[in-house]
Amino acid sequence: MTDFIDAFRRAVGLIVTLDPSLVEILILSIKVSLSAVAIASMLGFAIGGALAVYRFPGRGALSAILSALMGLPPVVAGLMVYLLFSNVGPFGVLQLLYTPTAMIIAQVVLVTPIIGALTRQACQDLLEEYDEQLRSLGASSSAIVVTLLWDGRYRLITAVLAGFGRAIAEVGAVMIVGGNIDHVTRTMTTAITLETSKGNIALALALGIVLLALAFAVNAALIGVQRLASRFAYA
Amino acid sequence: MLDPTSSLKALDGHLASPPLPIELKGLVYAAGIKRVIDGIDLTIDSRRITVIMGPNGAGKSVLLRLMHGLILPTKGEIRWAGRCTDRLMTRRQAMVFQRPVLLRRSVAANVSHALALRGLERGSRAIRVEEALKLAGLERHASTPARVLSGGEQQRLCLARALSLEPDVLFLDEPTSSLDPASTLAIERLLLDAQRRGIKVILVTHDVGQARRLAHDVIFLHQGRVVEHQEAKSFFAEPRSEGARAFLSGGLVL
Amino acid sequence: MVAPIARRTLLGLVLGTLLLPATSVALADDDNFIIVQSTTSTQNSGLFEHILPKFTKETGIEVRVVAVGTGQALKNARNGDGDVVFVHSKPDEEKFVAEGWGVKRYPVMYNDFVIVGPASDPAGIAGLKEADKAFKKIAEGKAPFASRGDDSGTNKEEIRLWNAAGVDAKKASGDWYLETGSGMGATLNTAVGKQAYTLTDRGTWLSFANKDDFKVLVEDDPELFNQYGVILVNPEKHPNVKAKEGQAFIDWLISKEGQAAIASYKIDGQQLFFPDARPRS
Repeated sequence: MTDFIDAFRRAVGLIVTLDPSLVEILILSIKVSLSAVAIASMLGFAIGGALAVYRFPGRGALSAILSALMGLPPVVAGLMVYLLFSNVGPFGVLQLLYTPTAMIIAQVVLVTPIIGALTRQACQDLLEEYDEQLRSLGASSSAIVVTLLWDGRYRLITAVLAGFGRAIAEVGAVMIVGGNIDHVTRTMTTAITLETSKGNIALALALGIVLLALAFAVNAALIGVQRLASRFAYA
Repeated sequence: MLDPTSSLKALDGHLASPPLPIELKGLVYAAGIKRVIDGIDLTIDSRRITVIMGPNGAGKSVLLRLMHGLILPTKGEIRWAGRCTDRLMTRRQAMVFQRPVLLRRSVAANVSHALALRGLERGSRAIRVEEALKLAGLERHASTPARVLSGGEQQRLCLARALSLEPDVLFLDEPTSSLDPASTLAIERLLLDAQRRGIKVILVTHDVGQARRLAHDVIFLHQGRVVEHQEAKSFFAEPRSEGARAFLSGGLVL
Repeated sequence: MVAPIARRTLLGLVLGTLLLPATSVALADDDNFIIVQSTTSTQNSGLFEHILPKFTKETGIEVRVVAVGTGQALKNARNGDGDVVFVHSKPDEEKFVAEGWGVKRYPVMYNDFVIVGPASDPAGIAGLKEADKAFKKIAEGKAPFASRGDDSGTNKEEIRLWNAAGVDAKKASGDWYLETGSGMGATLNTAVGKQAYTLTDRGTWLSFANKDDFKVLVEDDPELFNQYGVILVNPEKHPNVKAKEGQAFIDWLISKEGQAAIASYKIDGQQLFFPDARPRS
């Protein structure tokens, strides 16, 4: 127990003094996950909105697959991207393996289904209420999608925050495609894994605390958004 | 409260040209095995307010939606001055539903978005939004989230939104059934005003008093069929069918 | 539709701004780096943090180390996912070159393996001078033993010793023989947690910060000698290999400066790796 307390104290020290390696790792983690979520949001909003509004054969199956992919294990997503971007893989010529770009791609694969499925659900719920009125106003399907996406913005923000929470916390995908290279592809989660394996509990704990704080912040933002939404009856 | 004079000034200059006559020929709508609309032949050529009445389940709401093009008939056709119902026809019309349907935006944004869906540029939208809010007596609430308004205010907004589209035909499906008398009065004033402006108003209502106040002609629906269609004066004085008689005297029509 | 297009443009702009971090992250890769496939033991020992900055300072070439097990490192190199491979399993390295995947193997340095275990030493192996005898005693006593189980250089050495001891340890997998399938550090964590013996390279052991009451129990057996080699991935097989920079790294490692850098890496005054490169002929 005393080891833990001692490590905890040293961890707080690293955070308070803004230890440069800690800061470098933190910034990379946020850059990677934020970029991935931005891309995944564009894809997810479009896919989710289209699935809710357009009617076409196979729509139900596609929706089911999208929902199922929410549970895609990060390490499997990482493996898939690794196979694609390895030098002997189909996209090997891009030489993207072991770069932050590959990590972003892997996290996009992970997060898009989450945002997509939640968007689809939000749009579907809204459509139940709005469908007749929007068609009465003469809206085309694409106009309906855009209308629903904006009207569902609070639920969409919730989906984006959920996606970010998933991305920032995963280790399987970024470890495999990034290689945990010092100063290049080392994120908070891969660094925690490494430092733990070296027995460097203090640094691992410091990273863990920061990660936890970030997760709490995201959660608090989520709750804040939901409260705001109900206040304006925008929920 | 609504200023009666303001309603006359708003939407100035626009005189609608509704595509009359409206002809329904052999109209049938079946949901499964049940024929909700069971063969309707109808001609509406009055430019004044037409009221559709009937007991619950008679098919009034479905008839309205068929005419507006929201659902397709199983059989038969609807013609507007000879033209078929299609997407273009739908865009010349507007509908107010029983429960107000407002987007999760401000009062002004709700009207603005409806106009945007019609393809209006930002500049011309602003003018019409202002006029619509004046019409509805909601200028002070332009930035208020639309969904926190009272029921009456919301429905006034829906009607003003519909009118801002400058439709030729306006459908209303029991718009005041859950509203207080003051709001009901406001809505009815707007409908009379719309009529003055040449808009063809087709109103479904349960409220016999409202029908007496507004209707020029009445269509009485029962079990998916048109049982009566005559001028309001004579309909209320001497209903020809037993169903209508029972309905008007407050009894249950089976 | 005017409004939706306008709204879409706005949305696009907002998201485009969010994408700036992505582009900055991608563009930050300038080309002057090599990827070295190496092992977790070498990484965990901290050697790279000590010697690589010296190489980068002298040549301006950045070295990116991907640390996996020896088996995986060689497999990755076969796929061309790396420019240089730096591992410690001579027979596999020679096979790698013989099959044409590598250009030439250079010995670089050596260290040794040690058997570590709990202070209580249930199998009574402390002080034994022959590693295979120690393994035999562990097997006979069914004392818990943590194995890398990951096709690494250390793992291969461990299996050699079991064979020399005439023991089929895999039969007891899940029983007293625990295969972690992990790197050296993670395996050490498991060993300490389970009070199990394990075979580790001295470098990782010395820099490992979670020793609890564990001690080095068996060492200095010539069988525990651990040789490291470095090989340039064959650019004829994979044209993407940065042959010039990769060879520069190899040349530096076996040069006087590189060898001195390796020798100067110490933990608590103890040297971890012993340079033994032959001068280039």
